[in-house]
Amino acid sequence: AAAARVHEGATPSPGRSRPAVVKIHPVVVASIVDSYERRNEGASRVIGTLLGTIDKHSVEVTNCFSVPHNESEDEVAVDMEFAKNMYELHRKVSPSEVIIGWYATGYDITEHSVLIHEYYSREAQNPIHLTVDTALQSGKMSVRAYLSAPMGVPGKTVGVMFTPLSVKYVYYDTECIGIELLQKTRTSPSRTNGLTSDLTQVAGSAAQTQEMLSTVLAYIEDVLAGKVTADNSVGRYLMDLVDKVPMIPAEDFETMLNSNINDLLMVTYLTNLTQTQIALNEKLVIM
Amino acid sequence: MASRKESGVSSSNTLDSPVKQIQIEGLVVLKIIKHYQEEGQGSEVVQGVLLGLVVEDRLEITNCFPFPQHTEEDADFDEVQYQMEMMRSLRHVNIDHLHVGWYQSTFYGSFVSRALLDSQFSYQHAIEESVVLIYDPIKTAQGSLSLKAYRLTPKLMEICKEKDFSAEGLKKAAVGYENMFEEVPIVIKNSHLISVLLWELEEKSTVPSKHELLSLSSSSHLEKSLQMLMDRVDDMSQDIVKFNTFSRNTSKQQQQKHQYIQRRQQENTQRQSRGEPPLPEEDISKMFKPPQPPPRMDTLLIAGQINTYCQTVKEFTSQNLGKLFMAEALQGHNS
Repeated sequence: AAAARVHEGATPSPGRSRPAVVKIHPVVVASIVDSYERRNEGASRVIGTLLGTIDKHSVEVTNCFSVPHNESEDEVAVDMEFAKNMYELHRKVSPSEVIIGWYATGYDITEHSVLIHEYYSREAQNPIHLTVDTALQSGKMSVRAYLSAPMGVPGKTVGVMFTPLSVKYVYYDTECIGIELLQKTRTSPSRTNGLTSDLTQVAGSAAQTQEMLSTVLAYIEDVLAGKVTADNSVGRYLMDLVDKVPMIPAEDFETMLNSNINDLLMVTYLTNLTQTQIALNEKLVIM
Repeated sequence: MASRKESGVSSSNTLDSPVKQIQIEGLVVLKIIKHYQEEGQGSEVVQGVLLGLVVEDRLEITNCFPFPQHTEEDADFDEVQYQMEMMRSLRHVNIDHLHVGWYQSTFYGSFVSRALLDSQFSYQHAIEESVVLIYDPIKTAQGSLSLKAYRLTPKLMEICKEKDFSAEGLKKAAVGYENMFEEVPIVIKNSHLISVLLWELEEKSTVPSKHELLSLSSSSHLEKSLQMLMDRVDDMSQDIVKFNTFSRNTSKQQQQKHQYIQRRQQENTQRQSRGEPPLPEEDISKMFKPPQPPPRMDTLLIAGQINTYCQTVKEFTSQNLGKLFMAEALQGHNS
């Protein structure tokens, strides 16, 4: 049965709402890439289960684990026992996650995928299939999601069609920050990055803001010199930006600033005092 | 101000332990963040196991898995079994199955506790290079990833082995609250494919990178930290009171013993002068049982905790001072 990729025109089965958007957390894709890197010799791709939550219009993928499988020209074997076990173990940690589909690395959907998809249809209602192109066949690592729909002439040749879904990346706030830190490793030659501390971080953020401001300034200069046509919406954003700096009379600002600085200095002094005290206490007690 | 070393836990460059640096994969960082985010709301700590391998003097952490929380209904939940099964399954998919440590989330930086000490000791005893990763989600939400790796110093390990937590034991090993834990520097490393993924994410993601780090309104965080610091200091002062009563009791007892011996001697000399046999020597130590010295370990832990709080607060204030000066510069241009 050929697996054609056509936009969804099939009538949805009654009673089942078909999600239109797949929201993925980056940790899932990172996990998939990692399992791909650790695959057995001779295996060209890895598969695994996707866990997450479903709501009316979208599916959110929050976790995954890889499942050992063997694939050859004419047959495919998946260790289903393993999959069940792993799911049970994962459920103990996060009871709200359910099996929502499966993933495979690689660019195409093969015939074996259809079989595996069938297996997963028994585990979940409307399993989604995710492909992560780790071998970079399409030139970049594309992540695509599909839903299966039956197609064909009823009663005669019936096949399965995979319809694509749109993929969105979602982050928790802390994930955002984690990813930002990881992004820094792209630029260093050894792909490493240490964790910075206090003032250096503020300096880094300030440098970033400065960079952004200089880009904006360069754009403004270009507009003024007539090199680039002015864009009204950008102009409105710029006005918002400038307005954001609050206009406070100088003395009020001075008093606010000073009181804040005093607070912080007092706290620093008290903490130093506490530290000295416990040091003293230790000396006295151990004596 | 006291001219002590700024770092509360000794992060000297001459660590005499087998692990000098920790290398973490980006995947582990993401997984820890996710675990806390999903399961750790409130002030519950979330814990998990770190897997990886040891390369020369580096500890590489390549994967991790979370531990379910202790719930009341799972009274007979077998942690060991869960761990065994997880590791076995992970071995099937070629994930490193060497246990190299564990991670824990912390609430405003409070992690120095007896439980942590015990756990880390058992880990380090079994596997020499293990570490505990402390992840502070609240500080991370403020703008920068707060992940620290700690090990017990060899001196502390010895004490734990002997289980000798009395004052003499601690003095012998010269363990102060500053050399309880040693911090190991962390480096994040990503493989090439993950770098490709990161490029892809940067392109695709429509989420603007929030600059929480530069926000000025963070006094609530400071308040909370100070509150916890005050609680700990209260604990500490209670402990000090206990110790004071103990030392007062001991000295009183010494005095009593002294008086008793003197009286005895007097009586004996009197009796001798009268020609009677001296009174038998009684066992003094049985009569005056010395009071129980208070355990020193708790004080040490409290001191260590207070120290960590102070460190975090100081980091925080220095950041804020920087931000305030930046705000001043910004205003200066306008006014």
